[in-house]
Amino acid sequence: MTALVAWADVEVGTELPAQTFAITRADLVRYAGASGDFNVIHWNERVATEVGLPNVIAHGMLTMALAGRVVTDWIGDPGALLEYGVRFTRPVVVPDDDSGATLEVAAKVSAKNDDGTVQVTLTASFDGATVLGKAQARVRLA
Amino acid sequence: MALNPDFIGRSYAPEGTYVVGREKIREFATAIGDTNPASHDVEAARALGYTDLAAPPTFSVILSLKASGAVVRDPELGLDYSRVVHGEQRFEFTRPIVAGDELVVTTTIEAIRTMAGNDMITTRGDIATVGGEPVATTRALLVSRGPEDDS
Repeated sequence: MTALVAWADVEVGTELPAQTFAITRADLVRYAGASGDFNVIHWNERVATEVGLPNVIAHGMLTMALAGRVVTDWIGDPGALLEYGVRFTRPVVVPDDDSGATLEVAAKVSAKNDDGTVQVTLTASFDGATVLGKAQARVRLA
Repeated sequence: MALNPDFIGRSYAPEGTYVVGREKIREFATAIGDTNPASHDVEAARALGYTDLAAPPTFSVILSLKASGAVVRDPELGLDYSRVVHGEQRFEFTRPIVAGDELVVTTTIEAIRTMAGNDMITTRGDIATVGGEPVATTRALLVSRGPEDDS
């Protein structure tokens, strides 16, 4: 269980490679099956609009998982992620077309701890607005 | 209807055992586009020191979702699930979930408060092996929108 990144090689402000994710309706169906979250607002436009949403929205947990990949792709070892938390502040609306919604995720080291871990702060945005608040991870580096 | 704060501390025993399968880990990793070999290739996972495929971190939500169902469906608590939105999610990992794990989740209501007519309930899921080894702790903040929010 060893991260690909060494603690000594990063400093506060070090940026992780940013990533852009396309989320289509097909991705929502696949995630519903994989996670067991079949809430209709994630696949049924009629119900989503009836409850006041602009359209079908992505599972918050899918957005969290995609944002988390920016961290786990950086460290290489899923076991090096010790803590991860987010607030869901805005929905990601997924249109019924081939390109879907575009989620942009950036992350940087926001603190170095003496125990060989670092704090990472993530920013996830869709349609020009952030969709995750207080998005933080703590990872153990090599 | 405000939720009864007396439910803070109420705990729900595990509803059976979840056996983690290799194909479920691969399916979940694929659904989030996670190509990390540790979640797909057994040899790659073993090279990292795991006994079998290691799940992506948020795989834990499969277990916590099942477990929080006990809270959501508790007739005495009376949460109206049609009004519930997921406000916040946190994970603390002791180790990754690996294929072959037999896991149980104990769910506890950690906090209940009412803000601006909305009920806010924090549930904690303690995920452990059937042998009692802790694996992860999940916390979800569920917000039940008050009726006056329907504009």
